[in-house]
Amino acid sequence: MAQSVPTGDNSLLQDALPTHKIGWFERWLGPENYRIVSGLLKTPASIVGFALIGFFVIVALAAPLIAPPVTPNDPYKIPRDGFSSDPKPPGTEWKKNVMPLPFWWKIFVKSEKMTHIMGTSEGQYDIFYGIIWGTRTAFKTGLVVTITTLLFGVIVGSISAYYGGIVDNIIMRIVDILLILPGILAALILAAVLTPRIGKSLVPTMSALIAFGWMGYARIIRGDILSVKERDYVLAARVIGVKDNRILFRHIIPNAVFPTLVLASLAVGDVVLSFAALSFLGIGTEVGYADWGQVLSFARNWITSLNTYWYIVVWPGLTLVLFVMGWNLVGDALRDVLDPRMRGKT
Amino acid sequence: MVTFIIRRLLLVPVLLFGVTVLIFAMLQLLSPIERSALYVKDFPKNEKAVDGIIKLYGLDQPLYVQYWRWLVGTVDTVGVRHGGILYGDLGYSRTSSIPVAELIANRFPNTLDLTLWAVGPVILVGIWLGVQAAVHQNGFIDQAARVFSIVGTSFPTFVFGLLFILIFYATLHWLPPGRLADEYMQVVNSDAFRHYTTLITIDALLNGRFDVFWDALKHMLLPILTLSYISWATFLRVTRSSMLETLRMEYVTTARAKGLSEHDVIYKHAQPNAMIPVVTLAGFSVVSLLGGVVITETVFNFPGIGSAAARAATQLDVVTMLGFALFNGLILIVSNLAVDILYAVVDPRVRLS
Repeated sequence: MAQSVPTGDNSLLQDALPTHKIGWFERWLGPENYRIVSGLLKTPASIVGFALIGFFVIVALAAPLIAPPVTPNDPYKIPRDGFSSDPKPPGTEWKKNVMPLPFWWKIFVKSEKMTHIMGTSEGQYDIFYGIIWGTRTAFKTGLVVTITTLLFGVIVGSISAYYGGIVDNIIMRIVDILLILPGILAALILAAVLTPRIGKSLVPTMSALIAFGWMGYARIIRGDILSVKERDYVLAARVIGVKDNRILFRHIIPNAVFPTLVLASLAVGDVVLSFAALSFLGIGTEVGYADWGQVLSFARNWITSLNTYWYIVVWPGLTLVLFVMGWNLVGDALRDVLDPRMRGKT
Repeated sequence: MVTFIIRRLLLVPVLLFGVTVLIFAMLQLLSPIERSALYVKDFPKNEKAVDGIIKLYGLDQPLYVQYWRWLVGTVDTVGVRHGGILYGDLGYSRTSSIPVAELIANRFPNTLDLTLWAVGPVILVGIWLGVQAAVHQNGFIDQAARVFSIVGTSFPTFVFGLLFILIFYATLHWLPPGRLADEYMQVVNSDAFRHYTTLITIDALLNGRFDVFWDALKHMLLPILTLSYISWATFLRVTRSSMLETLRMEYVTTARAKGLSEHDVIYKHAQPNAMIPVVTLAGFSVVSLLGGVVITETVFNFPGIGSAAARAATQLDVVTMLGFALFNGLILIVSNLAVDILYAVVDPRVRLS
């Protein structure tokens, strides 16, 4: 069948026609979601953000090559060069408990002796090792917490929105109450209560962040579902007798979940930040576990002499700032793309 | 307006009930023996005595009985009341060796002093900058504000605070951490110094001791900036975008068309309407400040409730932590109420709906 292409100056019809060739990717995502993704890939700020995130992904994946573990069974334990308390500056020779020479050290430094690249902090923990393996901890905690909170938030929010009425009211009041306390304080308390039960590990802090982290997603997905559930295809499904569960999980959620998914993927930065803040305060992992907040917390006892020991703050601090900035840059671009007033401009 | 306020006030008991239930639920993660710390100073060493305490305070009773006793306490045979958060007994702080209520009463004025000094400049300067950025869109202030807010929001509070200490205290020796220099601490603790409000800066002014005031401010400058830079960035952004939106509205064009001066158009017609989202933000910023003091006070060794909460948390002193949680919950419920009422005052649409 020949497709009739309208000619002349009918501008209304012109607008309705696709202005570009539609690829499989756009077809698969749908026009609205495709606009969000392509908008993100076109903004310079978010490209820088993606580059930063990508850099950290590579560091996390290549951690055993960049900083070979001293104790391969327990790579997250930061190796200690003795036990003396005073931090040592970058470039100090590594004497005890030496890290195996990484491949790049042999290529670039051409020395058989390992040194503390970024110095050591209180108790002779190697800062470089802590940062490299801390990247893995960051992604691990960030991903687990984000995915779990997202799942929980989406399920609770969907149930709340789909059933409405008293169920909705009760769930949303619970959300209100959980949102009263500042997130970091609530998580701090729960993690402190859980630690003696579970023991010092990543689990108490992660559970606390999950317990007080899902409410935002529940609210967002609830709003989106409230609008989707009024659409005709949902009515059609109900008319032909599809069960509630199936309507919710097969017809409504897939059509409403995309904005929440994108927001969640960018929340990884925030989760990592909260986690680092808690472990900076001394909650969570055992002393010497490779995570950024812990490496920074070693600086707390040295604030009067930070001019001499600047490296115990600057290196881990810079790492954390770059990581968070990566996610923020992408998030900032995303806010612009998702803003309804910006529609049609990207 | 009156019905709106009454409706909103009716919500307060519900929220209070919710917060107490939430905190009580967290308490249930502890064993009865640990929970008895809510009522007694020291655990007795022998087991029978511990059993006696558990019996006396009903820690082996059903949950609703326990919850009720936790709220109102237990009156023993002599007629003395033990526990009861409604009577202000939040238990005994193991880490500070004083009752939790007393610890909060000692520490809170310092935190309040800090947050008041953090909030004022944020609201005034943040809003002013936001309006300027919107009026001169893409101008110098606007661009600088954009960079500032992205960089600012990327700095974790504790990194920011530590870098501040590294630069201004350890290297330049300009500003010291802590609360007051020793000599001024003596002045404040002496009898001649009258405590009107228990906030050191304000008391110093009321006593006419400008040297004490200046020293207190010097000690607080870095914590204030650390606590508030994120609020600066968000206030600026929200004011800017809200102002930009308002300036595009037709009534602003009308105001211009009828020949009002640009100053009147911006400050009398556009700005009041642009302030509506900023009021909501003020409510959120109370939350973020109360969360922020935990880290800020810990970094700067500032003796407020935040650093006490952090210390209690690291030493797993749950009784103290939950006391702080209750106190914070109370503050936030009150401040949310205030924001909602303020919202109705600013926006006629809210009070009429």
